[in-house]
Amino acid sequence: MMGSHMTFPAETPPLATPETPLLRVEGLGKFYGARIGCADVCFDLFPGEVLGIVGESGSGKSTLLSCLAGFLEADAGRVLYRGRDIRAMAEPERRMLSRTEWAFVHQNPRDGLRMGVSAGGNVGERLMAVGARNYGSIRDTATDWLGRVEIAPERIDDRPRQFSGGMQQRLQIARNLVTGPRLVFMDEPTGGLDVSVQARLLDLLRGLVRDMGLSVIIVTHDLAVARLLADRLMVMKDGHVIEQGLTDQVLDDPQAAYTQLLVSSVLQV
Amino acid sequence: MSEAAYNFAYLDEATKRMIRRALLKGLAIPGYQVPFASREMPMPYGWGTGGVQVTAACLTPEDCLKVIDQGADDTTNAVSIRKFFERTAGVATTEHTAEASVIQTRHRIPEQALTEGQILVYQVPIPEPLRFLEPRESETRRMHALEEYGLMHVKLYEDIARHGAIATSYAYPVKVEGRYVMDPSPIPKFDNPKLGGNAAIQLFGAGREQRIYALPPYTQVVSLDFEDHPFEPSKADHDCDLCGAAQSYLDEVITDDRGGRMFICSDTDFCASRRADGLRGRLSPEEAA
Repeated sequence: MMGSHMTFPAETPPLATPETPLLRVEGLGKFYGARIGCADVCFDLFPGEVLGIVGESGSGKSTLLSCLAGFLEADAGRVLYRGRDIRAMAEPERRMLSRTEWAFVHQNPRDGLRMGVSAGGNVGERLMAVGARNYGSIRDTATDWLGRVEIAPERIDDRPRQFSGGMQQRLQIARNLVTGPRLVFMDEPTGGLDVSVQARLLDLLRGLVRDMGLSVIIVTHDLAVARLLADRLMVMKDGHVIEQGLTDQVLDDPQAAYTQLLVSSVLQV
Repeated sequence: MSEAAYNFAYLDEATKRMIRRALLKGLAIPGYQVPFASREMPMPYGWGTGGVQVTAACLTPEDCLKVIDQGADDTTNAVSIRKFFERTAGVATTEHTAEASVIQTRHRIPEQALTEGQILVYQVPIPEPLRFLEPRESETRRMHALEEYGLMHVKLYEDIARHGAIATSYAYPVKVEGRYVMDPSPIPKFDNPKLGGNAAIQLFGAGREQRIYALPPYTQVVSLDFEDHPFEPSKADHDCDLCGAAQSYLDEVITDDRGGRMFICSDTDFCASRRADGLRGRLSPEEAA
């Protein structure tokens, strides 16, 4: 499969087991001049675990996610993926990782999709990026994945702009998961969708996470989304993690004052 | 100002030296786009300003120059560039591929096989093969540096999905020596097989985009494709109506308003020399009259 000489990893560390974390973050910090983007973030993410990051706008959630995914250069701390520091990794290797073992689902599907390329091409891009050169098998895989995200196979040659918002988001998910990543970053994946579409998307995500054994870091300001998807929760405010624990524990028995405010701010219908 | 007031081959020596440095770097790294300080030339962009600068940097007084435009020696672009170098360099010019030591071309490779010692200079409008897939120059450079060429196949995938076959028929992307993906300039894909293993030096100049790249003799050049949709060079399914050649690239010429048309070799020198050898096609003047 591999067309180029860039194979990852150079020396394969042992697979993460339930005892060793897939991702370990130590003292991560990002500063915009004197202002804090995020600071002193520490956590472990184990295989198959879903970590939710909640907090209000401007609390540093997205900054943290971008630092983890390698979009932003962090200023302090270490991010160890399967024991290797991604900040010390060479760029080709990091980009290879983000094409194969990692995935990033953007809030706005337009950021994560190629709008001028058909749905099949969008799903196939990651396959071709790691060396797939058989049109028939790329197309079969793309068709299969469209089915898995509930997009009709006959729409494989349509452009994403002909899709509804919910379909675009599902297409983005298919495009990201097609190479079977281990670690998925999601930035408000349900933002901007109406509630019934949100519900179906969450259902789909939950199924995929369970079936594929994905580790997920999901940033959201929607506590319901966090409750449904996340095993553990991290609450951020002003760039700092103020509380973390099991999702139900954090939401049902919030300790920090801000978390209590956050939980009580949710409208009850 | 008299022609004598120009330096040999129009450009000053320092400029030619700068271009030669870029050429040498290009030859050392086949397929890599070398930036160079492209000069304003006395012709508009899109008319071969890059090719002209490369030719000027390569010419010596002993050289014999041939200029073709879409294979023809007698079209506007070819005639004016040939005259330009006749006046500013005073070099000999020819229309015969075999006699030329430097050939500047727009969008064709001559039919006759080139030999060692010949230089083929291409005029390139857009040197970046990834341009229409990824608009950011900073990003395409990084993709070249990291050999991330999956996107190029996305384009070919889209072709097959929409047209049932790879519909790209010119400027067909190639991979050079297993490393750089290169735009071969808008030559028909019929000419792609001649890029690889060619005995001549092939130089590519893009004036507006300020890039030079090169293929040294006998470089490995592979046209990108899929396992189940292999690369196929294509041409019009006819013989030349003037010289009867079956294996040359053809131009279609509309001859009247009732659907009349003829196919003729796009390489005028190739066609003329075949006719001089007595070969005839379907519509050769003797038979057609």
